[in-house]
Amino acid sequence: MAELTRDDVAHLAGLARIDLSEAELDRMVGELGVILTSVAQVQQADTDGIEPMSHPMPITNVTRPDEVRPSLTADEALSGAPESELQRFSVPRILDED
Amino acid sequence: MTTTVDEVLPYDEALAAFDPVMGLEVHVELGTNTKMFCGCATTFGAEPNTQVCPVCLGLPGALPVVNAMGVESAIRIGLALNCEIATWCRFARKNYFYPDMPKNFQTSQYDEPIAFNGYLDVEVPGEHGEEPWTYRVEIERAHMEEDTGKSLHVGGSTGRIHGAEYSLVDYNRAGIPLIEIVTKPLTGAGERAPQVARAYVAALRDLLKALDVSDVKMEQGSMRCDVNLSLRPKAGEPTSPEQAAVPLGTRSETKNVNSLRSVERAVRFEICRHAAVLSNGGSIVQETRHFHEDTGATTSGRIKSDADDYRYFPEPDLVPVAPSREWVEELRATLPENPAEHRRRLQTEWGYSDLEMRDVLNAGALDLIERTVAAGASAQSARKWWLGEPSRRANTEALELVAYADQVGLTPAYVAELQSMVDAKRLNDKMARQVLEGVLDGEGAPTAVADARGLELVQDDGALEAAVAKVIEGNPDVADKIRDGKVQAAGALIGQVMKEMKGQADAGKARELILSTLGEG
Ligand SMILES: [Zn+2]
Repeated sequence: MAELTRDDVAHLAGLARIDLSEAELDRMVGELGVILTSVAQVQQADTDGIEPMSHPMPITNVTRPDEVRPSLTADEALSGAPESELQRFSVPRILDED
Repeated sequence: MTTTVDEVLPYDEALAAFDPVMGLEVHVELGTNTKMFCGCATTFGAEPNTQVCPVCLGLPGALPVVNAMGVESAIRIGLALNCEIATWCRFARKNYFYPDMPKNFQTSQYDEPIAFNGYLDVEVPGEHGEEPWTYRVEIERAHMEEDTGKSLHVGGSTGRIHGAEYSLVDYNRAGIPLIEIVTKPLTGAGERAPQVARAYVAALRDLLKALDVSDVKMEQGSMRCDVNLSLRPKAGEPTSPEQAAVPLGTRSETKNVNSLRSVERAVRFEICRHAAVLSNGGSIVQETRHFHEDTGATTSGRIKSDADDYRYFPEPDLVPVAPSREWVEELRATLPENPAEHRRRLQTEWGYSDLEMRDVLNAGALDLIERTVAAGASAQSARKWWLGEPSRRANTEALELVAYADQVGLTPAYVAELQSMVDAKRLNDKMARQVLEGVLDGEGAPTAVADARGLELVQDDGALEAAVAKVIEGNPDVADKIRDGKVQAAGALIGQVMKEMKGQADAGKARELILSTLGEG
C-alpha cells in the first residue's frame, strides 16, 4: 500500500478535530506508518473466495418493537455537559470555517 | 457573510441555450412512536432534551437496536416507489463532526440501501390550456437513516448561524427515523423542469400520506427537499438522443427547500443563475446553496471540501437487515390505492369536470375536500368553500392551503358544519361567507361565530310575511307586472324584502312568498 504522508496525517487530524503540533505530526507519521505496515502483513493472507465480514456473528434482523421506553430527564441528560443554557447543550460557535 | 446578488438570465433565454438536469433528494421523517435506534418518544414540540437517552446522545457503551416499524415503513415506501427491496443490507456510519450529531457520526446506509431502482409516475398539470403530462421520475434509492438535533444560535444578529457566539442544542430530534429518497438525474423535462420538480414532491407527499408512514408536513420539516441542478448545452429537443448524449454539467445543491412552491421557484432560479454564469464563460462551483422564501433566490453556502470525507464504514453495533421475501410480499399487500387512481375514482364519485378537478388539485384541496365530504358535506359545496376565501388567503400568505388551514384552525369538520347550517336554512349564502371569514379570523367554530356575530336567518314566517306585504304595497307597479306573469320582476322586490329583514332572511323563501301572494306561486 502507498506510504502514509505527512499531509495524510494532517488531513486525518483535521477530520478528527485533533490539534497536532509540527513535532507531533512528524512523530505520528512514523508511528502510524509502523502500525499500517504491521496491519499490512494481514493483507498478504490469501482471501480469494472469502466473503468480507463486518459482524462476528452470522445473525440478521435484530429489532425491537416500536414501543416508547423511558428517556432520561433533561437534568440527567445535561449532567455531563460542560455548559448548558435554556435546557440545551451549549456548544462553541459552529461553522467558523465558512 | 457575503451578500452578493447573483446575476440571472431571463428564463426563456436560459432555456434557449441550455438543457436542465435535476436530481431531487427528499428526506422524510417517519411517524413512528419511537426513534430509529432507541425507545425515546418522537413527539413534536416536547420540552428540549426530554426525549433523549444514552443511545441517541451517543454516550459511550450505549447499544442501538433497530426499530422494526422503521424497517417496515422503509420497505413499504420502497414498494410504493416500485423499487427492488434488498435481500440483505447494512447500516453504515457517516463520520463528521457537527454539534447537532452527538455521536460524531450519523447512522445511515451507504452502498447497500434497503430499496433501489424504482420509479414514480407524476402528472404535471398543464399550463395555458396544455394537456397534463405524465413524467416518469426514476428513483435511484431509498435508504434508512436518522435525523439530527436542532440548534439555536445565540449572539450575532438574528439567531442566524453566521456571527453567532455559541449554539444551544436540543437532541429530541436526533435519532428520529428518516428515509432519504434519491432520484436518478431527471432529464428531458426542458422548460417544464420546475413544474416536474414540484409535481414529483407533491406526488411523493400524497403517496407517503396514503401509506400513513409520515405526517409529511413540509412547513414543520418532517419532509424536506434538496434540489440538485445542472445545465448542459442545448443540442436538440429535451427528449432527443442528441441532447441525451451531452454530458451532465457541474451541479449545485440547494438545501432544505420547504414548500412545494419553493421547490418550483428554487429550480427556476438555479436554471437562470447557472445560465448567467455559463453564458458569461464562467463555471459552476460545486457547492451547497440556501433558498430564501422572501426573495426567491438562492445564496452560496458551503463549498465541497475535505470536510466532506465521510469515511463510511459498516456499523458494527447493528446487525444486517435481511427482509424475507414472504414479509416483503405481505407488506406489498398492505399498499394503499395509488394516489393517481384514487384521484380518478374521487373525480367520478364527486362528478367533477376535468376543469374543476384541475382547480382542486392546483389548490392542493383534494384531501381537505375528501375529508369534508366524509364529514357530511356535498362534493360541490366542499369544493366551493375550500376554493373560495381560504384559498385566496392562503395564496396571499404564500402558504399551501393545508398549511394555511392548519394555521388558522379551519378543519374539514368546520366546513361541513358551515354547509349544514346553509342546508338547514340557518344561514343564507352571504351570511355563511361572513361566518367563514370569522372562522378564518380565529373566532372559533362556525356555530360559535354565527352566535357571536348574531348571524341567523329569521325563522319567523310572520316577520317575513309582514315584510313582503309592506314591499308589495310600496311597489304596486312591480306587483302588477308580476301578476301579469312577469315573474322575473320579483328580483327587485326580493332585494327590498331582504333589506327590510336586514339581510337575515332566506331569499328563496322570500321569492316563494312574493310569488304566492301575487298569485304566481
Ligand atoms: Zn434515545
